[in-house]
Amino acid sequence: MPLVRHRTASRLAAGLALSPALLVLVVVYLGCTAWTVWISLTSSRMLPNSTFVGLRQYASLMGNERWQVSVANLAVFGSLFLIASLALGFLLAVAIDQRVRAENTLRSIFLYPYSMSFIVTGLVWQWLLNPGFGIEKMVRDLGFPSFRFDWIVRQDMVIYTLVFAAVWHAAGLVMAIMLAGLRGIDEDIWKAARIDGLPPWRVYLSIVIPMLGASFATAAVLLATSVVRLYDLSVAMTNGGPGVASEVPAKFVMDHLFERGNLGLATAAATSMLITVAAVVAPWLVWQSRRTRRAQA
Amino acid sequence: MGKLCDVSIRGVEISFGAVRVLEKLDLDVAQSEFIVLLGPSGCGKSTLLNAVAGLIDVQAGQIWIGGKNVTWEEPKDRGIAMVFQSYALYPRMTVRGNMSFGLKVAGMPKPEIERRVKAAAATLQITELLDRRPAELSGGQRQRVAIGRALVRDAGVYLFDEPLSNLDAQLRAELRVEIKRLHQRLAATMIYVTHDQIEALTLADRIAVMKDRVIQQLGTPNEIYRRPANRFVASFVGSPAMNFLPGAFAVREGAPCFLSEGIAIPLNGYAFEASPQDGAPVELGIRPEHVEAGGGVPAKIEMVEPMGSDQLAWLRVGGHPLSMRLPAEACTVAGAAMQLRLPADKLNLFDAATGRRL
Amino acid sequence: MSALAVTQPAGMRPRRLTPARIGVYAFLTVTALFFLTPLYVMLVTSLKPMEEIRLGAILALPRAPTLEPWIKAWSAACTGLRCDGISVGFANSVKILLPSVAASIAVGSLTGYALSFWRVCGAGLLFGALMIVAFVPYQIFIYPLVRVFAFAGINNSILGIVLIHTIFGLPTMTLLFRNYFASLPQELFKAARVDGAGFFRIFWSVMLPMATPMLIVAVILQVTGIWNDFILGLIFAGRENLPMTVQLNNIVNSTQGERAYNVDMAATLLTALVPLAVYFASGRWFVRGIAAGAVKG
Repeated sequence: MPLVRHRTASRLAAGLALSPALLVLVVVYLGCTAWTVWISLTSSRMLPNSTFVGLRQYASLMGNERWQVSVANLAVFGSLFLIASLALGFLLAVAIDQRVRAENTLRSIFLYPYSMSFIVTGLVWQWLLNPGFGIEKMVRDLGFPSFRFDWIVRQDMVIYTLVFAAVWHAAGLVMAIMLAGLRGIDEDIWKAARIDGLPPWRVYLSIVIPMLGASFATAAVLLATSVVRLYDLSVAMTNGGPGVASEVPAKFVMDHLFERGNLGLATAAATSMLITVAAVVAPWLVWQSRRTRRAQA
Repeated sequence: MGKLCDVSIRGVEISFGAVRVLEKLDLDVAQSEFIVLLGPSGCGKSTLLNAVAGLIDVQAGQIWIGGKNVTWEEPKDRGIAMVFQSYALYPRMTVRGNMSFGLKVAGMPKPEIERRVKAAAATLQITELLDRRPAELSGGQRQRVAIGRALVRDAGVYLFDEPLSNLDAQLRAELRVEIKRLHQRLAATMIYVTHDQIEALTLADRIAVMKDRVIQQLGTPNEIYRRPANRFVASFVGSPAMNFLPGAFAVREGAPCFLSEGIAIPLNGYAFEASPQDGAPVELGIRPEHVEAGGGVPAKIEMVEPMGSDQLAWLRVGGHPLSMRLPAEACTVAGAAMQLRLPADKLNLFDAATGRRL
Repeated sequence: MSALAVTQPAGMRPRRLTPARIGVYAFLTVTALFFLTPLYVMLVTSLKPMEEIRLGAILALPRAPTLEPWIKAWSAACTGLRCDGISVGFANSVKILLPSVAASIAVGSLTGYALSFWRVCGAGLLFGALMIVAFVPYQIFIYPLVRVFAFAGINNSILGIVLIHTIFGLPTMTLLFRNYFASLPQELFKAARVDGAGFFRIFWSVMLPMATPMLIVAVILQVTGIWNDFILGLIFAGRENLPMTVQLNNIVNSTQGERAYNVDMAATLLTALVPLAVYFASGRWFVRGIAAGAVKG
């Protein structure tokens, strides 16, 4: 039966093609996660050991002031960044959707920051926000000698400068996703709304925004993952400073892994990050799969 | 019920960039008239409808509705309502929300909105769907809702942009009847765009057949069907399609006749609209149901298509294919020979060069 | 009467500039300026001698434009102890980029293909798992991976970092290709099977040629992503192979004494050049890329 043999060979090839993915999944993703979680339950410092200490690392993590600052920063940064990027991105998409001139140029301008790295973004904004040379100096030279914009060197304000730079980086992405969503809306809907005599703002508010639920969700999830991963921007822009005022969890993990040599604490922090991500992503995945199932039904 | 309005389109021209879509077009629609704009895609019929609605600006000319020049008016101020091919329902609102939203935004008192929605829903038999969302409705139900949204506007003129094209054949027939009933009830002016000639013939008081940016013929369904103004109208309307035989016009012994590859068909009794030259190349058109058996034209049956209520025989006449409608019970065999009669008063003659009716 | 007829509306509706429209343009202009300012400031700063920079006025055009900062940034700026400029980092980034892009796309497309057409046991589970891990922050895996790589002797090498990029690119690339292949008609695959083609033959001769648009999207996504990577290069590439982003951060953030801002900005621009070039050259493909990468599942 050559046909059967042929089939089996193809089946085998399919299995073979999937083996790298399976290997990566099991060894890297599952294996490394398990290892990290295990270390977080030991008393490891410079080198890993296997002295089980239960959740003691987590307890000391919660008491760690730098970690507390990092988590608080992430919360402030995350919420402001999400809201500001979604709002600005949506407004830009709506404005561009008004059949404006030079649409392509405008789109390019709003999206180009997204093509650059967080390192570049951080360095540029570090330069612009530098009180001695940047915007503050410029406005003072224009004749407002008492103007102050020194947030980047103030402990209480520095986190907002990160938000500023990150919104500049990512708002274009939201715009692109929203614009795709807007362009996907049936043109007859707009015609029907015009015949109904609805003013445009009303159409956006009552009809279009509810229709763009999926676009908003996609953009929000995409931004949220970059929030949890936030590391490069903090390193390049402020290196966590002044003091520890702009520390973030990812940086906390890296520093404790490689500079401070506290594996137990670092892995406990990493595991906490994982749990946070899971808490955000899991509901979204459930929602998504239910939506696709409903679409198929 | 809504005020009665006539619609007058005067010298309207529309271009998209360099592409001319409508050429200096005039059309007058009487009060309570049901007019169908019929034509192949790209003929400008939808553009014309959108211009009447005020959704597309005209480059030249005027549009009058109910004796008022509305050329520069916003769609909502024109006293029109419109139904779209894609239904264009607001997806996140219930059926009730869809029907009432425009009125609500316009500031109409609640009881009045309620009354209109109720009445429209009853007319269209969608009362039990009022609290559902469009995603939970079938295509036919969605289009009923879309019609309902137009009805509550209580407009003088209703515009339909291929409203049945997204539906399957059975639903299409059903809703067609529904729309016709609606027109009789409301006695409102309706302008209806379609590429489906059956819809046009069944619904219209008058049909405007469009092609290449202009109206080819404007007339009652009967006129369009029986006396098509040119070859395009003749071929576009009617199913199965009209037969065409190429040949020449001739005058034999003082009597006009049509000559083609060994056959001669007398044209005594044909109502000429022009007087062609002897020997002029013409095309003869005849509908399958007008071909009669038992005359002087020899033909051979090549194939028979039973169609249920009747059958369609494909013949060969002097080298040209010709179809003929036969009663269902007629005994026909492929390969058999027969004699045909093409009655002159049912014929159509077209100028071979211009396609104009002669 | 005739005068009235003349004033009757006809033809084009007269276009009026409504306040709403002015508002849209004003909003777009202001935002566009905000988005362009950093790029402009980078450019002018990189062309100024230091004396001019000390005067402030970051927005001013250079009075005595000079290319010296660019030359210095490229070949003489100090990254820590060595002063070979950022050209070293450029070369390293290219060395990392090319094999990483090729490997990640090869593995990702093959996995996506196997997952979409071949009914292999547990394929759905594998795909779901890959989808989830795409969201997990790197910090979870880093320490175990460093240990495994050190054990295997590929730590701090080009091979190591290429492997890392392939591993972490796998979820996104697989999602991208699986979703694309899933949108192709199943009949195509069946026809190829009926013609007697096997697993790899169908992939190579039928599916891959059809996936050209996705290949372009994947290349754009991976080139910008890998070029802009900071954290993985920092940890896995090793001191000798540090990519451009890491070198850039070293140049800017580890200088002692007065910082040469013009050189910093030139180096920053040089680092941003590749993704910017990809972005402006690819135009709408870039948008398609992030949209495709964004619509996970």
